[in-house]
Amino acid sequence: MGKTKKSFGEWFRSRKVQKFLVIFTFMFVPLLLLLMYTYIPFGKMVQFSFYNMKYIGKRNYVGLKNYIEVFKRPEIFKSLFVSVYYMGGAVLQLALALFFATLMVFKVKGESIFKATMFFPYLISGIAIGFIFKFFYARGYVLDSILMLFGIAPENIPYWLQDTSINNISLAATSVWRYTGQNMILFLGAMMSVDADLYEAASLDGANKWHQFKYIILPSIKSIVVLNLILSISGSLSAFEPPYVITNGTMGTGTYFVIMNRLAHENQKVGLASAMAIVLLAIIILCTVAQKLFFAYVFDDGTDDESRAAVRRRKKQNKINQGLK
Amino acid sequence: MNKAKVEMGIFTVFKYFMLIMAALVAIIPVVVCVLTAFKTEEEYQNTSALSLPKSFLYFENFKVAFTQANMLRGFINTALVLVVVLTASVLVSSMIAYVLNRFKFIGNGLIRNLFMFASLLPGIAMQVTIYEIMNSLHLINHLYGYMICLMGTDIISIYIFLQFFENLPTSLDESAIIDGCTYFGVFFKILLPLLKPAIMTTLVLKGVGVYNEYYASNLYLQSKELKTISTALYTFTGPYGSQYNYICAGVLITIIPILIIFLVFQKQVYGGLAAGAVKG
Repeated sequence: MGKTKKSFGEWFRSRKVQKFLVIFTFMFVPLLLLLMYTYIPFGKMVQFSFYNMKYIGKRNYVGLKNYIEVFKRPEIFKSLFVSVYYMGGAVLQLALALFFATLMVFKVKGESIFKATMFFPYLISGIAIGFIFKFFYARGYVLDSILMLFGIAPENIPYWLQDTSINNISLAATSVWRYTGQNMILFLGAMMSVDADLYEAASLDGANKWHQFKYIILPSIKSIVVLNLILSISGSLSAFEPPYVITNGTMGTGTYFVIMNRLAHENQKVGLASAMAIVLLAIIILCTVAQKLFFAYVFDDGTDDESRAAVRRRKKQNKINQGLK
Repeated sequence: MNKAKVEMGIFTVFKYFMLIMAALVAIIPVVVCVLTAFKTEEEYQNTSALSLPKSFLYFENFKVAFTQANMLRGFINTALVLVVVLTASVLVSSMIAYVLNRFKFIGNGLIRNLFMFASLLPGIAMQVTIYEIMNSLHLINHLYGYMICLMGTDIISIYIFLQFFENLPTSLDESAIIDGCTYFGVFFKILLPLLKPAIMTTLVLKGVGVYNEYYASNLYLQSKELKTISTALYTFTGPYGSQYNYICAGVLITIIPILIIFLVFQKQVYGGLAAGAVKG
């Protein structure tokens, strides 16, 4: 009896040891990488932001001076204004994606071809997209030729990448071009998870397309739309590729990241760049939280049976009833 | 009834019109590039960007782009990076997903949250200090340093595997353990083969990401023999400034492999997208 108990104990212990071993070995490398490429750099970023320093050489502690400079430097302040263009682009892109995904929910011939064509830009590398659009916007080439086909006189066509009143729009448009199809596929996936009978039942009941959109499609995808709105707005704050590759941030197209990249790797103002990164991170976290709160209120989640607004109304009614009693 | 039919007809026309417009907008910038890549120097100078080339068999631009940009070297380097990074990524992220999904231990939730928070940090901002770390570890200007750097930021793959594990019943593990299998055996012999769909998704998504990566490549692989395909393309434009017949050919050379992968693995690409998006 004692013997079996002991071997049971041994078995138990070896399981425990094994469990520990497997947890340790399987997590060692990923956690090491996470530490090395996320949390140590993050810690260093916080640290560097208080120093006046280059990558190599002497480091001087300067307190909050870098942070003050982030808000004082005109080029940095201006770059925040530039990201408004990308934010506009992000909203437009979501609206377009939602629109086309809705069209695709209804039967479409050649659906996979439309999907593939609109999605493919997402898979092209940032560098290649940069060249494609440098060419596209170049004076007298693609876009200008297309506009001239429609009878627009060449002297009325602006310089898409040089004219400071329009070049940020041109650049933000490349982002819209790149990501709309990807967003559309995401939305379409969420919409397709709705039972197809619902659409049929709705149209039998005389619901028109707009009603179908409002009452069936939109509720089914609201969480993914909200998620993407958050992602694309924080994404537009960190817009980088179009100006970096196409204009190199010249002529007023420098976004926050382009300026930060230049400060860090060309001017070697590592402390200032770190402070910029921290400020941006704070903005991103703030935006994420604010939007989550906002949407929790506007798109009331509630339970399956009752929306949050309905719950509020019912509680209010109860209170009134109780008051009457 | 009739009114509904008319409405339906108008909607159908509107639907196809909009879709065709969208497809055109998506494809025209690339198609124009294809047209230009087949034009001779003289044609390029004298014809509209929208006109067709005389012949689609004129490959001179492609030859120039391929040799001048040292694209062979670029493709070899990218292939090496892909093989190493993808193998490591699949192993590392499926392993940690297995541990996080199958075992309860102190710190499990904390580790999940650490990965979650990491996905909030903007990648390019982090490179300011990652550069310093790469520098102090002497990983700059080595292909292996670049590979390690790409393995380091791999949150989406982990999420794809975590999601997949949720749908694999634990009874599989339990019966194998009763049969005397170790945990390592369970993972490598039982679960890993079942992960195939998730592995495919990760390979395709991560593969496209690595193939297209240029920021870190530009930063950490500065010597000429170490260029990857995307940075090789970038260097070539210096001497060829704005001669778009060559540049377009170069761009197409780099796009074609991605196009083939996309056409073959369309399902995985779309599927992985949804998996990656839920991570929130």
